[in-house]
Amino acid sequence: MDWFKRSKPSLQAQNKKELPDGLWVKCENCGEIIYRKELDKRYHVCPKCDYHFRIGSDTYIKLLTDEGTWQEFNANIKSADPLNFTDYKKYSEKYALTVKKIGFNDAVITGTGLLEQHKVVFALMDFRFMGGSMGSVVGEKISRAIQKATKEKLPLIILSSSGGARMHEGVLSLMQLAKTSARLTQFAKTGQPFISLLTNPTTGGTTASYAMLGDIQIAEPGALIGFAGPRVIKQTIGQDLPAGFQRSEFLLDHGFLDMIVHRHELKQRIANLIEFFQSKN
Amino acid sequence: MAEKKSKFVLEFEKPIIDLENKITEMREYAAKSGIVLEDDIRRLENKAGQLRAEIFQNLSRWERVQLARHPERPYTLDYINRMCSYFDELHGDRLFGDDPAMITGLARLGDMTVVIIGQQKGRDTKDKLRRNFGMPNPEGYRKALRALRLAEKFNKPVVTLIDTPGAYPGIGAEERGQAEAIARNLYEMAQLPVPIINVVIGEGASGGALGIGVGDRILMMENGWYSVISPEGCAAILWRDASKAPEAAEQMKVTAQDLVDLAIVDEVIPEPVGGAHADPDKTAEILKEVILRHLSELVKIPPKKLIEARIEKYGRMGAWTEE
Repeated sequence: MDWFKRSKPSLQAQNKKELPDGLWVKCENCGEIIYRKELDKRYHVCPKCDYHFRIGSDTYIKLLTDEGTWQEFNANIKSADPLNFTDYKKYSEKYALTVKKIGFNDAVITGTGLLEQHKVVFALMDFRFMGGSMGSVVGEKISRAIQKATKEKLPLIILSSSGGARMHEGVLSLMQLAKTSARLTQFAKTGQPFISLLTNPTTGGTTASYAMLGDIQIAEPGALIGFAGPRVIKQTIGQDLPAGFQRSEFLLDHGFLDMIVHRHELKQRIANLIEFFQSKN
Repeated sequence: MAEKKSKFVLEFEKPIIDLENKITEMREYAAKSGIVLEDDIRRLENKAGQLRAEIFQNLSRWERVQLARHPERPYTLDYINRMCSYFDELHGDRLFGDDPAMITGLARLGDMTVVIIGQQKGRDTKDKLRRNFGMPNPEGYRKALRALRLAEKFNKPVVTLIDTPGAYPGIGAEERGQAEAIARNLYEMAQLPVPIINVVIGEGASGGALGIGVGDRILMMENGWYSVISPEGCAAILWRDASKAPEAAEQMKVTAQDLVDLAIVDEVIPEPVGGAHADPDKTAEILKEVILRHLSELVKIPPKKLIEARIEKYGRMGAWTEE
């Protein structure tokens, strides 16, 4: 009675979010097969459908700063595992492994650089590091970046790419929302712009603090932006979510973004904004 | 002594309740039969008292979470009604609507006039639904912001009573900008030029709690819990099993004493043995006294210094290493 036995191996789930290492990449949105070098050159935007693949902080540094001007600061700050937290494995071990694998210390990189000749303080979150989650280190580095921009009276750009606060640091992660927001009130007195750049995804505590507090709110097309994650909402209300819910275009429609900007135009559009705000009448 | 019998019994309270039931039975039997059992009854009463003290001194974190959620626990309005000689509730955010999950109002507390803000849970099913189980929508946070601005304009200290299982995760909440509403409150509370006292009276779940929780003093009732996510939420994500909530509560260190140890909470407000619901009047009396003591200190500080100290207080929060 082998009639029902599968003759072919069952379908394997693909890890869709990671870019495969091959020469060719399939677009997650339209299925187009793209030559990897072409995709790299286009900052990981699909040449056919304009889908914005997720990219890391290193690529954003290349995209947003003039060549050779990037200077990182506070790279040495690391998590102290204040709760001595363990789920299936120790947070400290998971953290150390992630640092080793990714090559930097936590889910945000901070530094200064020139953006079309304008000196800017950047905080670039990176989803690859534990889902871009915000714990004490992210909060402290972003706070220090805000303080540096305040002290030196420089424009501030915070790029969000984060699933929210980091559970492994409990209430200390939560307090980073208040800490960073409080620092922004001091920055506001400089008369320099804070540009909040939202990329896919920006949810949870990150959205409920600095990501929503920009003088100008810019998102990349199609980014998931929200407070609660779609799965949580779906579970709570027990029904399917409308198409396009919590995407950049939805947020623009509902009044929470100033503009949606294509990745290839980001640098120039931000330069225009900085020039506007720094012009004296 | 009039004993208030609790209808709702938590698992760890059962041995006490069993003993108390036995005492009641003995009393009834003694009354009916005329046999003198006074000594035995007194002995059992002492034992019950000891047992109660022992159990409540050694509560696990998860047991405290259950106390924080006890259906008879005093809620925001219960405290306001007991603590304040005058209270006028203010409604509406002037933008969209009025959120019954968030209370804002003008109050007289001792000899102080203050603005009070707090999440409100419902007591019976109908009330629970109306209050959305204490989960505010964006209009709740924006109503709170309106109250904060009033406090600023009329130079009134602010007291916030935190008790929420979280900001509501719904479609409308997202459409109306739940994240923006909370973020805006964090920003405005950080620079409000009047004293702000935050008290976690029950549940302090994540951004929904923090959205009215930035201030000069963070106080917490002995059996409250406060963290970045509920123990169930954490367990569902990190353990992929919501039933691991007790373990998640242990790992996340969610109790008032934990938060003192983590340098977040300034003072733990003691509750009567058995929890706040065992004696709401006494609890409210203690709470009022503690709030007034902190207020009397804070009103002496000039606004500029107050704000500076507040921002630095939050600036110190967190733990990291630096080579």
